[in-house]
Amino acid sequence: MRFDHRHLLGIEPLRPDEITTLLDLADRYVDFNRRPDRHARALSGLTQINMFFENSTRTQASFEIAGKRLGADVMNMAMQASSIKKGETLIDTAMTLNAMHPDLLVVRHPHSGAVNLLAQKVNCAVLNAGDGRHEHPTQALLDALTIRRAKGRLHRLTIAICGDIAHSRVARSNLLLLHKMENRIRLIGPPTLMPSGIDAFGVEVFDDMREGLKGADVVMMLRLQRERMDGGFIPSEREYYHRYGLDSEKLGYAMDDAIVMHPGPMNRGVEIDGTLADDINRSVIQDQVEMGVAVRMAAMDLLARNLRSRPSEIIT
Amino acid sequence: MKRTLIVNAQLVDPEAGRVTPGALLIAKGAIAQIFGEPAPVVDDAAVVDADGAFVAPGIVDIGVKIGEPGERHKESYGSAGLAAAAGGVTTIVTRPDTSPAIDTPEALEFVRRRANEAAPVNVLPMGALTKGRAGREMTEIGLMMDAGAVAFTDCDHVVTDTKVLSRAMTYARSLGALVMGHPQDPGLSRGAAASAGKFASLRGIPAVSPMAERMGLDRDIALVEMTGARYHADQITAARALPALRRAKKNGFDVTAGTSMHHLTLNEMDVADYRTFFKVKPPLRAEEDRMALIEAVREGLIDIIGSFHTPQDEESKRLPFEEAASGAVGLETMLPVLLRLYHAEDLDLPTLFRALSLNPSRRLGLDSGRMAEGAPADLVMFDPDAPFILDRFKLASKSKNTPFDGARLQGRVLKTFVTGREVYSYR
Repeated sequence: MRFDHRHLLGIEPLRPDEITTLLDLADRYVDFNRRPDRHARALSGLTQINMFFENSTRTQASFEIAGKRLGADVMNMAMQASSIKKGETLIDTAMTLNAMHPDLLVVRHPHSGAVNLLAQKVNCAVLNAGDGRHEHPTQALLDALTIRRAKGRLHRLTIAICGDIAHSRVARSNLLLLHKMENRIRLIGPPTLMPSGIDAFGVEVFDDMREGLKGADVVMMLRLQRERMDGGFIPSEREYYHRYGLDSEKLGYAMDDAIVMHPGPMNRGVEIDGTLADDINRSVIQDQVEMGVAVRMAAMDLLARNLRSRPSEIIT
Repeated sequence: MKRTLIVNAQLVDPEAGRVTPGALLIAKGAIAQIFGEPAPVVDDAAVVDADGAFVAPGIVDIGVKIGEPGERHKESYGSAGLAAAAGGVTTIVTRPDTSPAIDTPEALEFVRRRANEAAPVNVLPMGALTKGRAGREMTEIGLMMDAGAVAFTDCDHVVTDTKVLSRAMTYARSLGALVMGHPQDPGLSRGAAASAGKFASLRGIPAVSPMAERMGLDRDIALVEMTGARYHADQITAARALPALRRAKKNGFDVTAGTSMHHLTLNEMDVADYRTFFKVKPPLRAEEDRMALIEAVREGLIDIIGSFHTPQDEESKRLPFEEAASGAVGLETMLPVLLRLYHAEDLDLPTLFRALSLNPSRRLGLDSGRMAEGAPADLVMFDPDAPFILDRFKLASKSKNTPFDGARLQGRVLKTFVTGREVYSYR
């Protein structure tokens, strides 16, 4: 078992066996999390700082719970209200925090590559909790774990990702991960929401949702950002729902046992029908949230092991 | 002034398209005489032994940004002049995108005075085409020409109002002024930091299709047809823009085009892990574009290569890629970097110096850029084979934002002469 990474900045640098290692460990944490006593010591004595330069409730809570269950000292910093408003640059913020000797830094930032930049300037392990439209690795890993547990495998599946692919870091990371694990990937959405150069990604692209869902084992819906709804990228909310909203009729084109996923938060009646989202026979959306905590525990555990095995850079 | 005789040189003649061994005599700031081998003995002339090195007409670099006025900490006339001399650039043609913009004859006079007292090379200023580069009212083109402006441009602020631009171009035509455009559709390219394609999508960087450049060029060429203005496109960087350029030239319009050293030697993949020193404007393109640009320079479709020297301080580059400033310094690195194309047998030396020296001189109506008797003795002596590793902190520019830091380069400037005076000598 090897997971030789200092940071978790994206799916791109991970090998398939490393992904499997991480998911195997996360599987154990799923069981652990269902026990009544949920205190472990994997991160005991370590300091975890969650730095969110962009609003987040779910991801931040998930990282916080993951850290606390593993015994870390967790601190949340709402960066939007902080020094960044006073004109401090990202690098200065990073240097300041670095001087406080954190062990794990969980970062979300509205600009692609910002987390990579920050990781170059600190001594601790950095976890990317979403950077711009680049990557959101823990989301892809929790999706992978959800799929693996629901389908019994994570290869040779037909997986449809639907919606705003162009602006989605979730789509980016999922695409990379599912590709590495040798799945058949379909992207469904209006051409205005498809990234450029998509032909070169080794995926099938559909602008007809029914066509794209045919025979899919997994249907992964993406959130449509409010600011994209009115006329800029799509004509209107209701036209979008008409063509790309997932309802039971459209889902009928997928495999009978196809699962429905959504990274949340959902816009009911925009990208997904509310009843379908709550259908426990098809929707695994609640499982995704549960897997999120387990995957983040596994990721931090693995990075912390690497931290501890490395001789200290300060005290010799 | 004492005469200088350069012997044992390989003389690069971009007009004749050849390199010949020989010697040349500099007198009164001009090339007085060119000799074949062996060089004659000339009385009372200081002899410079080139020892087999190449001597070419000095580079005329159109589109250099200097931080005066407004951002002198990034680059001054003094530092830029030293960088130019060290890079074999004998004439700097400056951009008016300073703060405030160079948009009045008075501002031009300031530039000329500062340049004369601080820079060891020739400095020719360009003026803004519209006041404050705001795209609303034309500047005093006539008075600025009298004050020495060699061309008019709003740089990367594309004049979006076609009525304003058509009037400015019509007015410029009546004075024979050269208008330099930045072919780019501003709507499409808004907010973009990379070229649309797989790389930008993988990195999640907001991107623009290279088609935006074609659209900008198409529009500008239509305005040239309408107004009869003399027009130069500052940077053509996309393969898709080339057919439009070819058509315009074939139709006999007074249109020329440039490209940048970076777009000829780098591609979008070089950005790699969000390296902001590779963020330039327009953004780096695909490898196919780069290959097409080289071919366009070879056949003369693209006339001019420039460094588009854009000094930026560390703070404006040490930011997330989207937020980081665009541009790279290039005065000092242009020749060694472009010699990569010579070593790769993409371009021969006369072709390279046609684009670096001869064509920009011609376009601006200068006498320089030629290896001919009577031409100003603006010369660069270089060894195209000397290898070195570039250390950005050794650059003369105040700003060190070069994408070639740590690059293995081949080709070193040995001496630079401006009107016969040696302004740089390696060690």
